[in-house]
Amino acid sequence: MVEYLIFSVLNTLVLGMLLFMLSSGLTLIFSMMGVLNFAHASFYMLGAYFGYQITTVAGFWSALIISPLLVGILGAAVERYGLRTVHKYGHVAELLFTLGLFFIIEEGVNLIWGRNAMPNFIPASLDFPLFTLFNSEFSAFRAFMLLISVAIFIGLYLVLTRTRIGLIIQAALTHPEGVNALGHNVPAVFMMVFGGGSALAGLAGVIGGIFLITEPSMALTLGPIVFVVIVVGGMGSLTGAFVASLLLAGLQTFAVGLEYSLVDLLGIIGVTVNADGILRDIWRIQLSHIGPILPYLFMVLMLMFRPKGLLGKREN
Amino acid sequence: MLKVKQLNAYYGNSHILQGVDLNIEKGEIVSLLGRNGVGRSTTCMTIMGLVPPKGSIIYNGEEIAGLKPHEIAHRGIGFVPEDRWIFPGLTVMQNLILGQKSRKQKSRWTLDDVFTLFPRLEERSNVHGGLISGGEKQMLTICRTLMGDPDFIMIDEPTEGLAPRVVEQMGQLIETIAARGVSVLLVEQKLSIALKISRRLYIMGQGRIVFSGTPDDLKHDREIRKEWLEV
Repeated sequence: MVEYLIFSVLNTLVLGMLLFMLSSGLTLIFSMMGVLNFAHASFYMLGAYFGYQITTVAGFWSALIISPLLVGILGAAVERYGLRTVHKYGHVAELLFTLGLFFIIEEGVNLIWGRNAMPNFIPASLDFPLFTLFNSEFSAFRAFMLLISVAIFIGLYLVLTRTRIGLIIQAALTHPEGVNALGHNVPAVFMMVFGGGSALAGLAGVIGGIFLITEPSMALTLGPIVFVVIVVGGMGSLTGAFVASLLLAGLQTFAVGLEYSLVDLLGIIGVTVNADGILRDIWRIQLSHIGPILPYLFMVLMLMFRPKGLLGKREN
Repeated sequence: MLKVKQLNAYYGNSHILQGVDLNIEKGEIVSLLGRNGVGRSTTCMTIMGLVPPKGSIIYNGEEIAGLKPHEIAHRGIGFVPEDRWIFPGLTVMQNLILGQKSRKQKSRWTLDDVFTLFPRLEERSNVHGGLISGGEKQMLTICRTLMGDPDFIMIDEPTEGLAPRVVEQMGQLIETIAARGVSVLLVEQKLSIALKISRRLYIMGQGRIVFSGTPDDLKHDREIRKEWLEV
């Protein structure tokens, strides 16, 4: 049990911080520009594919730097030449624009790399167990993922709270027109945040593509979870995104290892039910089986009882 | 210094400004009066580039209609909006710092000046903007714009919702601003303060300027006051 607990906590941190890398950019973009970017997870996917391709030519460490840069530049270009033009037609047009972009990127990836998963493996320099506890190993690559994401978290926090550009970003979260009227180039800041958010998604893709899988459906697999994170955390709240990332990662990680059914759970509180009859299958569903839908269930409940999310400030 | 000619502005299909003409000289305090909804705030927003303009806005000899708000701010125009736009997640001090257009900007207004004018802001300098009172927000929003060292400042309804003693203080502040060579366009509903500190006055009605003159002219023109100002 102690082994299960320790490794579940570690895996929660690894997955949670990966989710935070994705959701932090998305939530910043949403609160500044009001754009719910459906293509955000597509930038994550591009990060993974670019990362894989660069690794085959120049190695993993080059990919770790170049791939997020490329995705960031692409993201900035999408904002500058796409979204900014569409902006005058309202938020629905922007939403449809990013949805279209999602499909274009997915089909583009299909055309270039094909439909099969890429052989995107852990680099040799990180392919060893960092430590063994009880009978389980914790790989160096997982530790490296954790290190990168914690560094990104601290870096993001310092940039937003200690630098002038961070103050401008924070101010533009509530009153972009006010910041603009004070003489700060808000459209350029928007482009930078969009590019930066995309670059973070790209970085998550480089390591997430190895940790999970690099295939054309990876954006569709992770995208909805990232949306759940920002809804649960509260639209526009970075701290909320951080808490929700860890919470949802924990929910999924712990559920996977728990072989309890509804009958067992009711048994703990002293209620016995007849597990046969017409509801037999429902009584016997195990927690590990419903793990993947728990985040969505959580989001639905959150929207019903606390629509602004854990730490969100918006009511709408 | 500022010459506005035949300025038009629209919100969707609504024609809000219908050919506004204004003229403001260096160091003047000019008031823009009128009832609610006649387009006074829209005039300021349009000059600042926050609402798309149609017409001509000449500032220091340069056509600025069509420039972006930050470009207009860099030419020396400051705007204090009616909604104050205080950044709630930033402290009072951080709000003031963001008033400077860049870290290296030299301004005729320093933090010391601001804190001398309003000692309350210094006491509250580490408090978040979202947690200060309405009067403090009003002081902060004016001081934040001054930190950007404008040569011409538009102040929209600075006395709205303030206690009479603070209104008096606000009038003195605006005179102090003008005394340092900054031209002021004051958008007001309170006739008394406008008559007291302005050199000239404009009255707006239905998206146009309907009166232009000195405080004395207005004091003697009961018809104009009755038609365009009194409720």
